[in-house]
Amino acid sequence: MKYTEEHEWLDVDGDIVTVGITAHAAEQLGDVVFVELPEEGAEVSKDDEIVVIESVKAASDILAPLDGEITEVNSALVEDPGKVNEDPEGDAWFFKMKVSDMSPMDDYMDEAAYKDFIS
Amino acid sequence: MTDLRRIFLHDLHVELGAKMVPFAGYEMPVQYPMGVMKEHLHTRSKAGLFDVSHMGQVILRGPEAAAELERLVPVDVIGLPEGRQRYGFFTNKAGGIEDDMMIANRGDHLFVVVNAACKEADFERLSTLGLGAEMVEGRCLLALQGPGAEAALARLASEVADMAFMDVATVSIMGAECWVSRSGYTGEDGFEISVPDAQARGLAEALLADETVEPIGLGARDSLRLEGGLCLYGHDIDTETTPVEAGLQWAIQKVRRVGGTRAGGFPGEEAILGQLESGAARKRVGLRPEGRAPMREGVTLHATEDGPAIGQVTSGGFGPSVNGPVAMGYVPSEFASVGTKVFGEVRGKRMPVEVVKLPFVPAGFKR
Repeated sequence: MKYTEEHEWLDVDGDIVTVGITAHAAEQLGDVVFVELPEEGAEVSKDDEIVVIESVKAASDILAPLDGEITEVNSALVEDPGKVNEDPEGDAWFFKMKVSDMSPMDDYMDEAAYKDFIS
Repeated sequence: MTDLRRIFLHDLHVELGAKMVPFAGYEMPVQYPMGVMKEHLHTRSKAGLFDVSHMGQVILRGPEAAAELERLVPVDVIGLPEGRQRYGFFTNKAGGIEDDMMIANRGDHLFVVVNAACKEADFERLSTLGLGAEMVEGRCLLALQGPGAEAALARLASEVADMAFMDVATVSIMGAECWVSRSGYTGEDGFEISVPDAQARGLAEALLADETVEPIGLGARDSLRLEGGLCLYGHDIDTETTPVEAGLQWAIQKVRRVGGTRAGGFPGEEAILGQLESGAARKRVGLRPEGRAPMREGVTLHATEDGPAIGQVTSGGFGPSVNGPVAMGYVPSEFASVGTKVFGEVRGKRMPVEVVKLPFVPAGFKR
């Protein structure tokens, strides 16, 4: 598992990366009330704002962590945004993407580094 | 955060797990571990305890207090019976609103509660009147709100059950001399309790010991008042909005209007009385965005999908009891009828919004 400074977690399986937000991020956001996901099949570039999350407090984005193609989105979150608070690091993943260039992955944090980052 | 002031019960909120944030110069509890959504729903179904001690509590004494206050507010203060409270606002020369407030007739004095951010300016304004204005020190202000509020407070002082909406009384609660009003700002039944600092913690703890009562932060207070269609000063009303534009003309009694025995005589009378006669060019309305995306303060409103802005959202977010986005904002009067469709621009996209009746949830007041 890798982590970004934007509080995303990245689960790598071959060239497919599953992306969600960390429990720390979910707690900071507060109750999530709205999620907008990208289109399946969309080509995205690293740092594109591809997901909108609105909580009771504010709006925020999830950035594409890498270049690639969106292969699957978790539509259940659109119906029930509260899942993001219930299980942010499990069922409430946002999207899966097929990554064309894995090299930026080296710059992301491992779990120990992320824990240090948020403390 | 060093120059932020602390409310008297600061330590209690921290012990209860509150997240404290800067608000109007104070460190205030914005939420407790329950979270904004559950706190909101709990208040609507049971009872919530809010600490609003940052607000200004002012006493006006003297036989001329009501007449003098009428020079600053377009409200019938002279006709306010003893033991009753009413909503009001300070106006300026242009007819804008300088602050909103509650005015209570407590027999030998008026008790006025004003917004925290405006309280120094309000106090100066009141001090220009020829009467002794006293800023109340050494008292907390707690609000107990929700359908369970009466039962919870009546366990400590049974007489509060006999109070009707907007009644005020001095009530001895656990030995403390409390100034109680049956009011609040959530759209629910409830009470506001001014309690001496020395006994405030005991009262708060006694109320929280009731299984129906939970501590509620400013986050849920904001979504509750928004669903209740109630204005937040500095957002939905300010120095640039008049009471008529804001839809608050119900708070200007006939006696202060054209034809009344004490018509006018307050700042901005020309603008306000004129608008009461012939209407305002824009109005505050309730807005229900289609879909689930919240429309927050500052979102521009448009008549068409590609036309220029005609107004904007002044308060908006997610309404937990409505289970969807809710907002308030200003539009030209021709767009203010219930059922009118307009568009709000969110992240560059024009989203349909319907003008709806306020409040979003029926008021639970015990009239």
